[in-house]
Amino acid sequence: MAYVPLADQDDPHALHDPHSFITKYVWSQDHKVIAIQYGGTAIFVGLIALGLSILMRLQLGFPDSISWIDPAFYYQAVTMHGMIMVVYLLTALFLGGFGNYLIPLMCGTRDMVFPFLNMLSFWFYLLSVIILLASFFVTGGPAGAGWTLYAPQSITAGTPGSGGGMLLMLISLAVFIVAFTMGGLNYVTTILQARTRGMTLMRMPLSIWGIFTATVLGLFAFPALLVSAIMLGFDLVLGTSFFMPAMMQLGEQSTQDGGSPILFQHLFWFFGHPEVYIVALPAFGLVSDVIATHARKNIFGYRMMVWAIIAIGGLSFLVWAHHMYVSGMNPYFGFFFATTTLIIAVPTALKVYNWVLTLWQGNIRLNTPMLFAIGFIFTFVHGGLTGLFLGNVIIDVPLADTYFVVAHFHMVMGVSPVLVLYAALYHWYPKMTGRMYNETMGKVHFWCTFLGTYAIYLPMHYLGFLGVPRRYYEMGNTDFVPATAQALNANITIAAIFVATAQVLFFINIFMSLRKEKDAGGNPWGATTLEWQTPDTPPKHGNWGPELPTVYRWAYDYSVPGAKQDFIPQNEPGEEYEKTFHTRGHS
Amino acid sequence: MSQSEAVANGSPTAGGMTGFVQDWKSDKQTYQVPWGKAMMWIFLVSDTFIFSCFLVGYMTVRISTADPWPLATEVFALSFFGSDPIPLILIAIMTFVLITSSGTMALAVNFGYRRDKRKTVMFMLFTAALGATFVGMQAYEWSKLIGYGVRPWSNPWGAEQFGSVFYMITGFHGLHVSAGVIYLLIIARKVARGDYDKKGYEIVEITGLYWHFVDLVWVFIFAFFYLL
Repeated sequence: MAYVPLADQDDPHALHDPHSFITKYVWSQDHKVIAIQYGGTAIFVGLIALGLSILMRLQLGFPDSISWIDPAFYYQAVTMHGMIMVVYLLTALFLGGFGNYLIPLMCGTRDMVFPFLNMLSFWFYLLSVIILLASFFVTGGPAGAGWTLYAPQSITAGTPGSGGGMLLMLISLAVFIVAFTMGGLNYVTTILQARTRGMTLMRMPLSIWGIFTATVLGLFAFPALLVSAIMLGFDLVLGTSFFMPAMMQLGEQSTQDGGSPILFQHLFWFFGHPEVYIVALPAFGLVSDVIATHARKNIFGYRMMVWAIIAIGGLSFLVWAHHMYVSGMNPYFGFFFATTTLIIAVPTALKVYNWVLTLWQGNIRLNTPMLFAIGFIFTFVHGGLTGLFLGNVIIDVPLADTYFVVAHFHMVMGVSPVLVLYAALYHWYPKMTGRMYNETMGKVHFWCTFLGTYAIYLPMHYLGFLGVPRRYYEMGNTDFVPATAQALNANITIAAIFVATAQVLFFINIFMSLRKEKDAGGNPWGATTLEWQTPDTPPKHGNWGPELPTVYRWAYDYSVPGAKQDFIPQNEPGEEYEKTFHTRGHS
Repeated sequence: MSQSEAVANGSPTAGGMTGFVQDWKSDKQTYQVPWGKAMMWIFLVSDTFIFSCFLVGYMTVRISTADPWPLATEVFALSFFGSDPIPLILIAIMTFVLITSSGTMALAVNFGYRRDKRKTVMFMLFTAALGATFVGMQAYEWSKLIGYGVRPWSNPWGAEQFGSVFYMITGFHGLHVSAGVIYLLIIARKVARGDYDKKGYEIVEITGLYWHFVDLVWVFIFAFFYLL
């Protein structure tokens, strides 16, 4: 092909380095700048969601101590906290942030294949965030029907924010999906088509495999959310009845009838369950690289790790209705979905075993990223095991809509991915900034966060067994709940405030370290993957200097016997250790 | 050494199945297609999920509603010069127009590969014209139904979901066709200007992929909404 786009450009003179401030830092097409823009925006909205959760906890722990938290506000806080955390923070930070930053660097390209589209992706994302935040300021406030937005309740008068707030939420989601599609097409195409010489699919770091599979899931799952948002929007604005059954509203027969509320739940969870893995798979990938690097060992069972990611991705489209055991769907469905749900535990458990076996007899360096990664293994096993309880229909029915569910999904898809995010942020911080963070502060941050989250979520399992219902503003005619549950709730709230406060350490650390700490050098961890082998740190526009790197080996040549260092970068020529020793040794 | 260099250079040496396996196993590029084409394929799969969700939604509400579903053959009938109403005649013509446009699009792609700029542009414009005709006839159909009193929230014959689904699905498809017409015109202009003389005419084929997809979706809408 005569035409060689930027991502594959060998000749640096054709790169056209941007010079003006605007094209360099604001409307930048450089994937690294876009990644930081994505990450910064995501962390900003994440802090808002964190603040909302503290307000919820204050109401639960110390009922009516803050006069302006009324039931309506409480439900709106529940809704916005959930939606922001799942979609606008985790999805955006993992794929928009780390996906953008790492894909071109780890694959050895100069940029994404369509940088302009990539830039548009971020600006659409920012627009969706602005629309979402605007809903705080409309009459009636933001949507308040829970993050699942179940129809018909979410658009029925009487639900807080069922008018303008709900409409803005739906528009914001649609804009987010457009943004994600533009970014996602770029990530998938870059990974499939633009890798550098020698970077075969089976030599890619697991981070890339995780991000790749998650993006594919996103491209196939977000359409369901888009369609449900469009139909729900029509029900709200035009008065159509896609999801509206015949019902009485304020003593009158509603004009809308004949729709199917279950349809909304199916569409929502056809998006919603893959969404769990859109968040989890990049986390699996990133944590694998962090663990292998800081244990100075090759990842155990690389091929199986890749296939487990793909298997989990495929299975995640077959399990969605396990969120709907008590929704009134055909009970026979429960059998099917319980089976597929439990099958998905097999590749997931395989990954956990492989992480632990990677650590086994490794030369473990207990620095901040590694601590967060090991913390992740704990919280993920914990949340995964409670998932086995909830995946079974008969155990789920009594536990549904109790704090047990809250504890489960916060452990497995709240705390676990966030711990990986911190591991990854600390791990790649030296590459993004060229500076080393403060190790002591990082370790204090880890212990506060890790122990603190256990103080929050372990008691919640117990509350769930007591039957404390979730999403309740306060306990009313719930005599079966003993009064001592209140003491537990107060403790949880104190722990939550403690953990939230501890996050300040992270921000102090990254901002102070920008100026104060010593230069990190190009490859402070002794890592093998390509992003640590760039000629400049932080990498310049075009990433690779005059010539693209050539890859000769897989990403995990750590502690190779007889090698002069305990790691061999992927772009170092020579015999491939994995092919000659590793496969014979382990398979 | 020499073997790892060969792997590193990653140039496919074999065709057929062996070549395919080699590509997946060792080449840097997974599919031997330009990036734009790979991206369009992935986008179209994603778009397929959107239309599938719309159609599943349509089928579900058609089952869930308690009111009778209006008969498509009677609603979409048209009489000419005082004749008896002919069922689905307008839809049949629309379908014919759209499928014809797929044919002209295929010709445009063909002439693109032969580097016949004049004929490529001509057939792309012809395709765009047929697409615009389709959208025009759709607008006529909408205006007729609006005239009968069909609204997204109600209609004179029965289940209100009939109108909602009709406007939503044909509207969403119509937007796709309209976007395709604009896309075709932009690319045709660029082809005429000679923007692709160096790069090659793959972009015409990518445009074609999108256009055929929009046609294919119409076939499903035609089958599930108008015929059932």
